[in-house]
Amino acid sequence: MAEGGRLRLFERLGAAVTARIWRLGFASRFFGYMLLHSGTALRRFQLTIREIYFAGVLSLIIILVSGLFVGMVLGLQGYETLQRYGSSEALGVLVALSLVRELGPVVAGLLFASRAGSAITAEIGLMKATEQIAAMEMMAVDPIARVVAPRFWAGVVSMPLLAALFSAMGIFGGYLVGVKLIGVDEGAFWSQMQASVDVREDILNGVIKSVVFGIAVTWIAVFEGYDAQPTAEGVSSATTRTVVTSSLAILALDFVLTALMFTGGNAR
Amino acid sequence: MNRATIDAWVGVFVAAGFAALLFLALKVGNLASFSTAETYQVQAKFANIGGLKVRAPIKSAGVVVGRVSEVSFDNESYEALVTLNLDTRFKFPRDTAAKILTSGLLGEQYVGLEAGGDGAMLKQGDRLRLTQSAVVLENLISQFLFSKAAEDKDAKEKK
Amino acid sequence: MTDSVVEIDRLSFGYDAARPVLRAVSLVMPRGKVVGIMGQSGCGKTTLLRIIGGARQAGSGTARVLGTLVNGLHGSALYALRRKMGMLFQFGALFTDMSVYDNVAFPMREHSDLPEELIRDLVLMKLEAVGLRGASRLTPAELSGGMARRVALARAIALDPQLMLYDEPFTALDPISFAVIARLIRRLNDSLGATSVIVSHDVKECMEIVDYLYFMSDGRVVAEGTPQDMRATAEPFVRQFVRGETDGPIPFHYPAPGYGADLAVARG
Repeated sequence: MAEGGRLRLFERLGAAVTARIWRLGFASRFFGYMLLHSGTALRRFQLTIREIYFAGVLSLIIILVSGLFVGMVLGLQGYETLQRYGSSEALGVLVALSLVRELGPVVAGLLFASRAGSAITAEIGLMKATEQIAAMEMMAVDPIARVVAPRFWAGVVSMPLLAALFSAMGIFGGYLVGVKLIGVDEGAFWSQMQASVDVREDILNGVIKSVVFGIAVTWIAVFEGYDAQPTAEGVSSATTRTVVTSSLAILALDFVLTALMFTGGNAR
Repeated sequence: MNRATIDAWVGVFVAAGFAALLFLALKVGNLASFSTAETYQVQAKFANIGGLKVRAPIKSAGVVVGRVSEVSFDNESYEALVTLNLDTRFKFPRDTAAKILTSGLLGEQYVGLEAGGDGAMLKQGDRLRLTQSAVVLENLISQFLFSKAAEDKDAKEKK
Repeated sequence: MTDSVVEIDRLSFGYDAARPVLRAVSLVMPRGKVVGIMGQSGCGKTTLLRIIGGARQAGSGTARVLGTLVNGLHGSALYALRRKMGMLFQFGALFTDMSVYDNVAFPMREHSDLPEELIRDLVLMKLEAVGLRGASRLTPAELSGGMARRVALARAIALDPQLMLYDEPFTALDPISFAVIARLIRRLNDSLGATSVIVSHDVKECMEIVDYLYFMSDGRVVAEGTPQDMRATAEPFVRQFVRGETDGPIPFHYPAPGYGADLAVARG
């Protein structure tokens, strides 16, 4: 009896793994198909613009406010630690590098996944559940080209812009707390920052990260929506999956990209 | 939500995003300084470059006059070969010395240039003759221990 | 033999081998006629409709629509065929992010290069045909079930299709809307010179508007004929269905072990 139980456990584990791999394969074919059929999204740009509004513009508030708060916390915490070593003038460097290299792309990505990603999944899932996708297919309009691709490209375009806005607001927040509130020297704040933040190494890499995150999050969001079970529970679990999978993907990709980009080393 | 409003908001969003990127590049990063200046290259060999990295600053009298562009290993002399990109605005004599220094106590390493007295100036492709390597902590400690041991030995012998 | 718009010959289909949904069914839909497919839920009639529309591939047998073999039809060839068809989904499947006007204009905008003024006239004509010209500015959320279905009907006939497919068009309608939809189906079919296939289990309305009926049960065609024939038939399933009897070939009780034995077990 115990033997059978253990065997069943392995069976189920194996089945779960194969199911996930199969699904990943399906998601990849879906991705490839969507890229091939992105012509409509680009030719009829109005469709994509509309989606940029829903994904990007409507995320502005949460991104800007979060960025401000994160920057302010960085300013506070950074000052606490730095002033113990007499390096409080390096506050600008601390805030800027933390945001531009890591927090900007990652936190903005996580927020984007929760707000815009889940909205996209829910929207596409509901369209599927109410047969709108099937109706579109019956009217000889490819729903992937018309519904999915514009949302994907909107996400890819919005993500780097949102990450930059997050970082900029964060630096402003750090400035407010560090210079205006605590009294760190304003000149030192900005000049040390400018001396230490490199456009190519830090800012560009941060932008590259946010583009990669944008691709990952939006791909997951549109796929989960398209593949959702056409019921209420199906759409709800798809939305949850989007947020969870996107968040994990962002963190994992962040590790990989950071390792590739920021390993100190002379051999280039 | 009519089309014109959506277009307007998307325009605002994209413009704001680009403004943020510009802000980051110019006010936060170092794009405004340096990248468009004309440079000439000179080389220097060091026995040990320590933690010197590509794009480290080259300073003279504390002012940034260039950036390290390349670090490689000379397999014949077994020394590090560092290529320095100097701003064409600043000319240095041929007997200028290059030292690898550390900014602050724990800071990053940079190349410090001390101007010599030679009448002729460095040209593109010249080699700096006088160099001083980075201070390596282990060597410093062993030096200290060695000199301490020697002192003690002397003191004992004198008795 | 009159020219048939749809020819189904020994078609079989199943989601997996153990549970066939359709077992070697053969049907013919002649041009210009309204044909009804009736049966219990789960008898395979909706699946048959999906196969005609090319949304599902038959396991074996053939389905020919407007002379073209639908099996294995993909991509642009399938879309070319679908442009000649119109489908009304069960609850309308209107695009919820567009107005009524935009919904009806959708197929015209996607498949033709007509200027907006011409599209405007066509949209209003189609809406007039279903009696909703005054509702063109409303959104689907503001429509009642019956109105939504009428708009969906206007959208389905937007490109003057040769074949109209109706998936349970009378579901959840009040008696007035019921009568309206039924009348529209018949009238549009005749004025367009099209052929219509109605899948339904609403006996009374269907039998008043169709020219020919197929009865399906458990994946097979059990009876066919004109409505008069069906009313007079001695076929037991049809009699039970048409008269709405609670017991007959379709039993009242779901298969279960003996009642007495079951109760005895509970008490013991």
